[in-house]
Amino acid sequence: MSVPQLETPALLLLEDGTLLKGKSFGAKGTCGGEICFNTGMTGYQEVFTDPSYTGQVLIMNNVYIGNYGVKDGDVESDSIKIQGLICKNISQRYSRFKANDSLENYLVKNNIVAIYDVDTRALVQHIRSKGAMNCIISTEITDMEGLQAELNKVPDMSGLELSSTISTKEPYTLGNPDAFLRIAVMDYGVKINILQNLTDRGAYIKVFPAKTDLATLLEFQPHGFFISNGPGDPASMDYAVSTVKEILNTGKPFFGICLGHQLLAEANGIPTYKMHHGHRGLNHPVKNLQTGKSEITTQNHGFGVDPEAIKNSDHVEITHVNLNDGSIEGIRIKGKKAFSVQYHPEATPGPHDSRYLFDDFIKMIEEDMK
Amino acid sequence: MPLDHSIKSVLIIGSGPIIIGQACEFDYSGSQAARSLREEGIKVILINSNPATIMTDPIVADKVYLWPLNVESIEQILEENDIDAVLPTMGGQTALNLAKEADELGIWEKYKVRLIGVDIKAIDKAEDRELFRKWMIQLGVPVAQAMTANSQLEGKEFAQKIGLPIVIRPSFTLGGSGGGIVMKQEELEGALERGLTASPMHEVLVEKAMLGWKEFELELLRDINDNVVIICTVENLDPMGIHTGDSITVAPAMTLSDTGFQLMRNTALMMMRDLGNFAGGCNVQFALNPETEEIIAIEINPRVSRSSALASKATGYPIAKIAAKLAVGYALDELKNQITQTTSAYFEPALDYVIVKMPRWNFDKFKGADDTLGLQMKSVGEVMAIGRTFPEALQKACQSLENNATGLSDISRGKLKPEEMVDALRRPTWDRIFRIKEAMAAGVSIKTIREITQIDRWFLYQIQDIINLENEIKKYKHLEKLPDDLLAQAKQMGFSDDQLAELIKDCTADEVYEHRKKLGITRVFKMVDTCSAEFEAKTPYFYSTFEQGSYDKQTKGNLVFNESNLSKKKKIIVLGSGPNRIGQGIEFDYCCTHGLLAIKEAGYEAIMVNCNPETVSTDFDIADKLYFEPVYWEHLWEIIEHEQPEGVIVQLGGQTALKLARRLHEKGIKIIGTSFDNMDIAEDRGRFSDMLKDLGILYPNYGTAYNTDDAIEVAAQVGYPVLVRPSYVLGGQRMRIVINDEELESSVLSLLKHLPGNKILIDHFLDRCQEAEVDAICDGEDVHIMGIMEHIEPAGIHSGDSHAVLPAFNLGELEVTEMKDIAKKIALNLNIRGLINIQFAIKDGKVFVIEANPRASRTTPFIAKAYGVPYLNIATKVMLGELKLKDLKIEKKLEGYAVKEPIFSFNKFPNVNKELGPEMKSTGEAIRFIKNLRDPWFRQLYKERSMHLSK
Repeated sequence: MSVPQLETPALLLLEDGTLLKGKSFGAKGTCGGEICFNTGMTGYQEVFTDPSYTGQVLIMNNVYIGNYGVKDGDVESDSIKIQGLICKNISQRYSRFKANDSLENYLVKNNIVAIYDVDTRALVQHIRSKGAMNCIISTEITDMEGLQAELNKVPDMSGLELSSTISTKEPYTLGNPDAFLRIAVMDYGVKINILQNLTDRGAYIKVFPAKTDLATLLEFQPHGFFISNGPGDPASMDYAVSTVKEILNTGKPFFGICLGHQLLAEANGIPTYKMHHGHRGLNHPVKNLQTGKSEITTQNHGFGVDPEAIKNSDHVEITHVNLNDGSIEGIRIKGKKAFSVQYHPEATPGPHDSRYLFDDFIKMIEEDMK
Repeated sequence: MPLDHSIKSVLIIGSGPIIIGQACEFDYSGSQAARSLREEGIKVILINSNPATIMTDPIVADKVYLWPLNVESIEQILEENDIDAVLPTMGGQTALNLAKEADELGIWEKYKVRLIGVDIKAIDKAEDRELFRKWMIQLGVPVAQAMTANSQLEGKEFAQKIGLPIVIRPSFTLGGSGGGIVMKQEELEGALERGLTASPMHEVLVEKAMLGWKEFELELLRDINDNVVIICTVENLDPMGIHTGDSITVAPAMTLSDTGFQLMRNTALMMMRDLGNFAGGCNVQFALNPETEEIIAIEINPRVSRSSALASKATGYPIAKIAAKLAVGYALDELKNQITQTTSAYFEPALDYVIVKMPRWNFDKFKGADDTLGLQMKSVGEVMAIGRTFPEALQKACQSLENNATGLSDISRGKLKPEEMVDALRRPTWDRIFRIKEAMAAGVSIKTIREITQIDRWFLYQIQDIINLENEIKKYKHLEKLPDDLLAQAKQMGFSDDQLAELIKDCTADEVYEHRKKLGITRVFKMVDTCSAEFEAKTPYFYSTFEQGSYDKQTKGNLVFNESNLSKKKKIIVLGSGPNRIGQGIEFDYCCTHGLLAIKEAGYEAIMVNCNPETVSTDFDIADKLYFEPVYWEHLWEIIEHEQPEGVIVQLGGQTALKLARRLHEKGIKIIGTSFDNMDIAEDRGRFSDMLKDLGILYPNYGTAYNTDDAIEVAAQVGYPVLVRPSYVLGGQRMRIVINDEELESSVLSLLKHLPGNKILIDHFLDRCQEAEVDAICDGEDVHIMGIMEHIEPAGIHSGDSHAVLPAFNLGELEVTEMKDIAKKIALNLNIRGLINIQFAIKDGKVFVIEANPRASRTTPFIAKAYGVPYLNIATKVMLGELKLKDLKIEKKLEGYAVKEPIFSFNKFPNVNKELGPEMKSTGEAIRFIKNLRDPWFRQLYKERSMHLSK
């Protein structure tokens, strides 16, 4: 906080008519999207650049944002992907030797509108009880009618397809081209550190645009397929579901994360649903039913896989469950080398407890290659 | 894995008397653990020599041994009981060391007792500096360059190799005892000597000083399946070089990136998993180089600690409770989050507020002590404050200290020039945070302050924001002209109404209060819920803050800003005693805890207000509702306005609570128990003496003075020797006995210098008299004498520092009867409803009254324990009018005598005069039961009773 006179006011309007005044930081203007919250206490820059947040206005539950500025390399994609930002306090002055800039400048450069000095806790409790809804932040519109009109333009997240808009336009490769292990990555909004975790384990990977067909993927002669995370409603992605089905038919090892997990379910006749308010944070407990051990996971999802349908399925097996609400966190397709998790084993930000899943995937490929 | 049914009874070892570095927090942990095990149907047997603890109360344990903490006691207990396992991780280093000693002697094996919660080998690896270092190197975890020395010669040699500055760390000591930083060659020999002497094995680690590195602490829990979670990360505002117990600490970490945090998390997990095979709690400390972001491991503690107690209060996650359950076989994923009741205990708490912990020092009690802060802990207590901004939490912490600070306000002693301010910052002292602000306000740059203090810039920016806001407020000379937004922002940044009145200058704090209330700028209460609002929580643990949305006129919709819902029940508020300090500590936590339970039993809603994170009474499930807030008028008043209680209990929270009685009375709030006016009679020397005179009770001649001339005159009237002291202070602060005009003048001058304008009391000192005190309960009709404690040392030593015997052992029948009669007369005359403590001096068969305290005293818990009577429960119900003494049958169970033994922490202050006098210096106490007066320990004690007298 600094002296109030210098600050531009900003308004936040929710779909249900809730209106809060706050102060502006970042870019001036208006932004709208689906409101959601993240409970993590570290890694704001990684969160803001996570492509899965496309179309969302994010509340940070942690009371301070921006304390350690921003640093080149602490990113999950090439730009900020959240639509707008809501916080309690912003640190205008940061402290980190290795940082390159302040969060405020970073937001301005990425043209992200943000509001602070709002009661984020009260807002989170509201979302917790009322569920996800759209919202709008503005530093320029001051009348209710104007705000309402802009809010009406924000599309509904249910049925929204976003992956194809943020996926890479051209395929690209990463890692050592001489590596004996190749993985084809379907980019529906992939995080950089997922790719890093694959290349760190010696894989040569090729990242493909969302709507690439199987034939093109096979040209890379992959030993395994990775289906990425991403934004939007999986039920609206028929093209991706059919690609996943085709990939499964190849019988090659298959690993999906988050949206990739939901697509694997859809491809096996398990429907997905829109959650009340989703899971976003760095502290979600997950139990691995295969080992009996548990792990603290990073999560970011607003859609989930229907547990009832899995229980009735004869070929999909639950491998991981959420210890808080019992929701499905991981599945395996019986008789196939295919598995997926709802959470983010690459973390960044978040605990590295689940990185073993990348090892499992590599091991699965190696065994398949034998 | 579920509960291990082979464990049917567990021995918990306590931490013994309160000393610097090992205090009340272990009572909190031990009590939580004991209750946690009993929930599982496990029988809990407890040993602790500290009678002021809740853990040694029948409400906590099935069987309590108030015995000395040694292997003889342990063996005797194992002989008398069928014990399956021992849990030594709840009683600090004392308990761990005792468990280790018993293990070496084969005692656990002999009685087939399993050690749970820790691994014996882990204790060595964690405590022995050299083993720790070797182990870290083996694990590939970086540590500071260091060598272990067992002699002066080795020490000097290694210091030369490593190069100054170096740190000397003795092995197996507590709270950094005997440790120090050596900056200059000439300091080396002395520092080595101190370190080697402090270590029980004559061993020190000579280590490269990592000056300027940032310090972080992680609290871990691990279960039998090797699942590990990090409960809390705490950042030290003070960098490496200042003991964490003496550092201002902050949670969550404020300046730590995710990369840095995950590096620490991964390293901590690896360390704990490798330390040994055990299920329980653990604390790991790291230092981080702010430039390179490298980390080094500092230490690991395989037990609950001061930090874990703080982490529990900071996150809401009851670490000791869960650690106890893990020790008896549960896995984390089988347990529920105790706060939400619906989600899993296997998770890592998320915070949506800022915690600031500030230590409380008592250097004024240790004349001649080196008050420079360093590797050795010197603070005697701490406060914790919660806010939604860092400045708010910081200023609330200042308001909690009871140092007359109204926030991060000016408390400096005289104005210094800017260059002097900079110089003063070079030596870290207790008031450094205030001095930083003072220097910054005088224009000293952040760069300079950063270079001298090595405090992270982020914290300095926050202090500068406070100053900027102050300067902005100062521009408005009238309250009415102050812009509403600015006022609101000041409140969000933790400024008290007192502070604002000081800045604006034309108004009183009450006027600021009324003004902001009119504007709707009022406190809202938020919950500490472990999960930053992601899930609904059931535990009513609250803190106050200000939120713009709650008073901004544009706000629309149904947001809930204030989460503290009111029940329909009648409510009673209990005021706690603030930070522990000498003269006011754990005893009052014991009193408050029992008070709360008694209020609940009487059918009221019990509400606790306190800011001390080490206490049991602020545990999440003791009161019906907890406000973790400063015991400061403004905060208290807004809680009262919100809760509308039947009344407030001030008798259980020591002098801190008692001194708020006047304002409560003025506001028309009912004080439960003795009325304000009657308490005032007891507290006001003049009114009290008048009453004694009317009742025909003897008291030493006395007079009051405001200056030296008056003082000399009064002394002549009452007759030398005289006792000189300021009025309204705690634990005999600055009390002196003088024998002539010259001494009198100098002591009065010194008093007026430190406490300007204070009224000075001058009493005739009854030389060589005997002292005794009586604690009693009165319901307005009957008086019950709880006990008479006779002091072993003659008068002149503060009652808190003297050995005392229950019941009287040397005084005659006649004198005892007279004391009882006087106590009854006084209690009935003051119309006491609840507790009273009266101090007596007995000379030549005459009984004089020295003072009366209309509240629970330091000795109340001792008497309750020694006699096995739930006196605090009874007293609280009497206060509430729920119980009449005549309806009770009280049976005192004590064979022989109970002796109170004061415990000192002088080893922390090598240069301090260890003489005892009228000013209290002890930090804790132990209880010892003797069958009769022929007991050899007692006879020795009695023989030496005058040895430590200062005059």
